[in-house]
Amino acid sequence: MIHWFANPLRFQRLADALYPYLLAVALLLFVVGLYGGLVLAPMDYQQGDAYRIIFAHVPAAWMALFVYLTIAIASVFSVVWRHPLADLYGRAAAPAGAVFCFLALVTGAIWGKPMWGTWWVWDARLTSMLILFFLYLGYIALHDAFDEPARGARAAAILALVGSVNLPIIKFSVDWWNTLHQPASVLRFDGPTIHGSMLWPLLTLAVAFTFYFYAVVILRMRAAITERRITSLRLQAAAGD
Amino acid sequence: MRTAAALFRHEVRLALRSGGEMAQGLTFFLLALSLFPLGVGPGPQVLERIGVGLIWVLALFAVTLTLERLYTADAQDGTLDLLATADISLELVAVAKAAAHWLTSGAILILFSPLVCLLLGLPAETYWAVPTVLLLGTPTLTLIGSIGAALLVNSRRGGLLLALIVLPLQIPVLIFGVSAIEGWVSGLGAAPQLMILGAMLLGALALAPIATAAALRLALE
Repeated sequence: MIHWFANPLRFQRLADALYPYLLAVALLLFVVGLYGGLVLAPMDYQQGDAYRIIFAHVPAAWMALFVYLTIAIASVFSVVWRHPLADLYGRAAAPAGAVFCFLALVTGAIWGKPMWGTWWVWDARLTSMLILFFLYLGYIALHDAFDEPARGARAAAILALVGSVNLPIIKFSVDWWNTLHQPASVLRFDGPTIHGSMLWPLLTLAVAFTFYFYAVVILRMRAAITERRITSLRLQAAAGD
Repeated sequence: MRTAAALFRHEVRLALRSGGEMAQGLTFFLLALSLFPLGVGPGPQVLERIGVGLIWVLALFAVTLTLERLYTADAQDGTLDLLATADISLELVAVAKAAAHWLTSGAILILFSPLVCLLLGLPAETYWAVPTVLLLGTPTLTLIGSIGAALLVNSRRGGLLLALIVLPLQIPVLIFGVSAIEGWVSGLGAAPQLMILGAMLLGALALAPIATAAALRLALE
C-alpha cells in the first residue's frame, strides 16, 4: 500500500481528484461552522461576545499539535522506508503547522487581553505552544540547510521524531501544572464541559480546519513535485546541449 | 567497549592538547556572565534574584555552542568514515564522544560554578546546590545537543541553526534545573525536581545515542 503511493504520478492523479472535494468540504464547513458559532451560539454569561474567538483559537491550537503529530508519523515512513512522499509531506505540512501555531498564539493573546488583562503570560500552555512554534521553525530550517533535498528531508525527519517527545508535554501541560490557561474542556474523560450549542460549531470548524489543511498540503506537495520535474527537465536539457 | 574507551581517551586528549578549545566554553561562560552586572546594574538584589537562572541559561549556551564542531571536524577529515568501519557501533561512538565533550565543557563549568555563585552574591547554600544540580543536568544538555551536532554534518549552516533546533529540546532541563536549585535554597526541598532531572538524564542516555547514530549514518551516505 505505501509503496503504491511512492510513484509521484499516481499520487498526483489522486491529488488532482481529491483537491476540489477537500476544498469544497472545507469551505462548506467553514460557512456552517462560522454561522453556528457567530450567529446561532448564545452569548457567554461571563465573557460576553469575546468568547467567540475560541472558534478560531481552539481549532488552530488543535491543528498545530495534530500537524506536528502527522509530521512525526510521516517521519517514521521517511526514516524506515525512505518514502519519497513522506519527505515531501513534511516540508509541505510544516509551514502550515507553524501558521496554525502562530494563529493559536495570536488569537490567544487577543482573547487574553480582555479576559486575563494581559496579552501574554509565561504559563505552561503558552510557553509550550511557543516552543512548538520554534520546533516548527527549526524543522523547516534544517530541511532547507542541505544542498541535496533528500538529505535535508531525512535529517529533518530525525529531528521531528526527537521533537515529538514534547507533544504530550504540551497537550497535558494544563492538567499537570495548575496555571492561568484553563484545563481541557472538550477532550476529557468525563465528557465535554462546554454546552452543545457552542460545541457543535467548534467541532465543525475543527473539521473544516482539517480539510483546509489537507487541501493546502496537497496543493503544496503537487507544486513541489512539479518543481522537481522542472529541475530535472532543465538538467536534461542542459546535458543535451 | 575497549574501542569506545580508547575513543573517549583520544577525544579528551585532543581537547586538552588543543588547549584553547576547552577554555573557550568556560571563557564564554564567564565573559557572558560578567556582561549582566553591566547590563542590569550591579545591585546585589537584582543579581541574587536572577543569578541562578543566569547560570543555567549561560551553561546551556556554553554547552550548545561548543558542540558545533563535535562531528563536522570528524566528517571533514575522514575520521567519521574510519569510525563507521571500526569494530564499534555508532551508538557507542555517540556515547563516547558525548562523554568526552561533557568532561571538557560541562564538568569544567561545574568546577567553576561555586566561584560564579560567590561573584553574583548568591546565598551560601548555592555553593553546593548549583554544582550538584548542574552535575545532573549538563550531561543531558550535551546528549541532546549532540543529536543536533550530528544532524548538521554536511549542512551549509552551523552555529545558529544548531541553537535553533537544539534549544527548544533543552528547555525542560532548564526549567527543572532552576526550580531544583530554588527549592534547595528556599528549604522546600528539591527531591522531585532532582528525580525528574535524573529521569531526563537516563532517558537522554538511552535515546539520544540512537538518534545521533541515525543522523551519523545519514551523514555517511
